[in-house]
Amino acid sequence: MPVVSMTVNGKAVSADVDPRTLLVQYLRENLRLTGTHVGCDTSQCGACVVHVNGAAIKSCTALAVALEGANVTTIEGLAQGGKLHPMQEAFRENHGLQCGFCTPGMIMSAVDIVNRKGNKLEEKLIREELEGNICRCTGYHNIVKAISAGAEAMGG
Amino acid sequence: MYPFTYHQPENARKAATVAGKLEDAKFLAGGMTLLPTMKQRLASPANLVDLAKCDDLRGIEVAARSVTIGAMTRHVDVANSKELQEAIPALADLAGMIGDPAVRNRGTIGGSLANNDPAADYPAAALALGATIVTNKRKIEAEQYFTGLFETALEDGEVITKVVFPIPAKAGYEKFRNPASRYAIVGVFVAKKGSEVRVAVTGAGSSGVFRATKIEAALTAKFSSKSLEGVKMPAEGLNSDIHADAEYRAHLITVMAKRATDKAK
Repeated sequence: MPVVSMTVNGKAVSADVDPRTLLVQYLRENLRLTGTHVGCDTSQCGACVVHVNGAAIKSCTALAVALEGANVTTIEGLAQGGKLHPMQEAFRENHGLQCGFCTPGMIMSAVDIVNRKGNKLEEKLIREELEGNICRCTGYHNIVKAISAGAEAMGG
Repeated sequence: MYPFTYHQPENARKAATVAGKLEDAKFLAGGMTLLPTMKQRLASPANLVDLAKCDDLRGIEVAARSVTIGAMTRHVDVANSKELQEAIPALADLAGMIGDPAVRNRGTIGGSLANNDPAADYPAAALALGATIVTNKRKIEAEQYFTGLFETALEDGEVITKVVFPIPAKAGYEKFRNPASRYAIVGVFVAKKGSEVRVAVTGAGSSGVFRATKIEAALTAKFSSKSLEGVKMPAEGLNSDIHADAEYRAHLITVMAKRATDKAK
């Protein structure tokens, strides 16, 4: 089996993987980073969003073996020194979740939106940019509020 | 997913050589369709030739009369290219409407054209703009390239290297999206070059992308959405499914064509 090496949440990791292994399987099953969820498994729902080399991707639709040398950040990599990331804190503060299943993907997409679009986000833009993340509980209202607040907080 | 052997050549020539030597090989571009298809076991290639490391297949070059886009250029790069936004704004606009941000970070123009999904966006642009699809073996005019549902003129082991789009005087794209997948239920690309107007429709046709000659004739007379008042597209040959029946799609073609014409620049 091919060996794949990558950096996950700042840590160098390496493993023999079956070429069929999806990035999300590698993260959850090999590395036990179970914060990244599998929802639809068809790249529509966004529960599995992680950052690869700084860009948000759906980890259910990428092969681990193809990501040799990549720099991967998962939901577990956001909090620093026991302190929640401002976007995580904003989701908590604004109750941007109910069951929480979609939340890791929502937060990873939210951070990606801020990285691309800046700290002042219009509601319409947030809703458009979130089109690849599906929540079946909340109706999105508090998620949008959380992202707006988190974006501002990320600006410091 | 059924097992396969993974190959990752570092340029297009090597990719074609590797694929040519292997039994039952498939090229992997961004994987936004092929990987889900393999997960559902609807595709099970014995060999997967990943083009991700072929840097020679990436990039956007704008010349005086045409734009050349490398096959492995991602949708996000096409959407964000300042030069392309100047040269063919409708094409950059179209790329920004594909799927969602995470999909645009992986999906590629070559992958989309090679797959030729009947609801994909790029085929409409390629056909309306009169693009040339360049492979490792030859050049194929868009008119000859799209041959049916998920069918193209590509042969086994043939890989798209780049796509050349002539720069139109004006062009616009609009689509009516499926709310879940963001694929086009109907998408219409209009392009005007000199006195010629070409209009391509995706998402609607039961054999994939096609040119709407009735709308072309109306827009050739005068390039304005007003020319399309009362133009009725026939429902024959259009898809009916749970999202929209053929008559509704026929109606949407004219509506999307009007909006695309209004947007055209």
